[in-house]
Amino acid sequence: MLIRNAPDIRSSEITPKSLYLRRREFIGAASGAAVAAAAALAPGHADAQARTKLPNVAKSKYSTSEEPNSYEDITTYNNFYEFGAEKDEPAVNARRFQTRPWTIRVEGLVKTPGTHDIDAFIKPHMLEERIYRMRCVEAWSIVVPWVGIPLASVIKQLDPLPSAKFVEFVTLYDPIKMPGQRVPILRYPYVEGLRMDEAMHPLTILAVGLYGEVLPNQNGAPIRLVVPWKYGFKGIKSIVRIRFSDTQPKSTWEISAPREYGFYANVNPSVDHPRWSQATERRLGEFRRRKTEMFNGYADQVAGLYSGMDLRRNY
Amino acid sequence: MSPAFARATAGKPIVLFKGAAAAGALVPAAWLVYGAFSGNLTANPIDYITDTTGLTALSLLVITLTITPLRRLTGWNELIRLRRMLGLFAFFYACLHLSTWAVLDWFFDFAAMGEDIVERPWVTIGMATFLLLLPLAATSTAGMIRRLGKRWQALHRLAYVAAITAVIHFWWVVKADFREPRLFALALTVLFGFRAWWSWQARASSR
Repeated sequence: MLIRNAPDIRSSEITPKSLYLRRREFIGAASGAAVAAAAALAPGHADAQARTKLPNVAKSKYSTSEEPNSYEDITTYNNFYEFGAEKDEPAVNARRFQTRPWTIRVEGLVKTPGTHDIDAFIKPHMLEERIYRMRCVEAWSIVVPWVGIPLASVIKQLDPLPSAKFVEFVTLYDPIKMPGQRVPILRYPYVEGLRMDEAMHPLTILAVGLYGEVLPNQNGAPIRLVVPWKYGFKGIKSIVRIRFSDTQPKSTWEISAPREYGFYANVNPSVDHPRWSQATERRLGEFRRRKTEMFNGYADQVAGLYSGMDLRRNY
Repeated sequence: MSPAFARATAGKPIVLFKGAAAAGALVPAAWLVYGAFSGNLTANPIDYITDTTGLTALSLLVITLTITPLRRLTGWNELIRLRRMLGLFAFFYACLHLSTWAVLDWFFDFAAMGEDIVERPWVTIGMATFLLLLPLAATSTAGMIRRLGKRWQALHRLAYVAAITAVIHFWWVVKADFREPRLFALALTVLFGFRAWWSWQARASSR
């Protein structure tokens, strides 16, 4: 094995400047806990990436006991078209993406619409580790130790009106920072949505980290949606807008190919993609395909949300 | 370059050219072998191998089809000596592509593979493409060319059909990014355009 030494790089070059300038805040927030804004080298990669530990992350009963995939797998194999359509492109093209300052606009059917700074937005909520299976619509899957906040507690705090039946999320639109948006493969900005009861479900989270660290850019920094019983494309990344509405939002993939991708996008081995089977999947790191589980193995918790619904029609 | 080699290739740039083409055609395979040993085939190596072998097979098939138009345009007739080799390389990668699917992807699950062939149009047409290439590879020897005579040329027009079905196969497997399949479709259109133009001219002048 070739053992390489880390190249000589000043720490100020590695840590995003905004983060570096706010280092005292971070140290303060840690309240004595050892928080190191550590610059570590991802295994096998010569490129330095800032990796910052998140303080006070609680374990969760919703985590799977399955073995998570490696940090390398999770951060080098990404569908994030805003940074390139190939799986390995986001890790490269998102490297310089700045996620501070960052604001989230809350609008629509909500008591107090307004714009929130990302840190103030996250702060009132408990950070939890949620180790979830993620099943991509392309028939591969991965296990990710997310760090996030329950969407339900965010929504309670935002206080939507009783007339709000859906939540819509929108990704940043900035073709300069997100070079993939200059290529018209999809209609940007990326839009996703959930029915209110899906959004309020305890499994649904807004992720801000993985492996106990700040979310890498290629995984949807600074904040992304994770709905573990749905196909991965529902997990909208780099969210800048949350809108409450009484009409069902049109999601990006639904607009792109309505016959192939629906609003619900629940993992369902018995409803095939028009072009390929969804009965099996390949877990990254495994050789043989495994059977895909109904609702990605979360049927006990979420099947009730869809009782009486024709899942063949509502794919 | 050794003097012996220089003497052997003197006045025969086609030999050098052929050697370079062979080396180039082997690069993707070498890359996959190297990647397999160094762990550089992404987090999903089976998908990566499938994509790489498929893309290489299609690229080589299209390059093979450019040989004849290139000969006509440049007048460099010796280029014909590359055609069989490139075609066989395309077939080689098509074999790798198919066996990746059968062995690595499905691990000989013949029931599932059969279902895929019957129910998934992109698999059906991919398999059809392979079946079209099979007789072309089998009749690529000098003996077969001699034995088949005029019929050999007619048979090998199937290469065009295979290129079309291969592009459709590619088109149907893509989710939203159609840039690459579109590029191949465009290349084929240009190649067919030359063919059509020349055959129209030939007919017009023979009248």
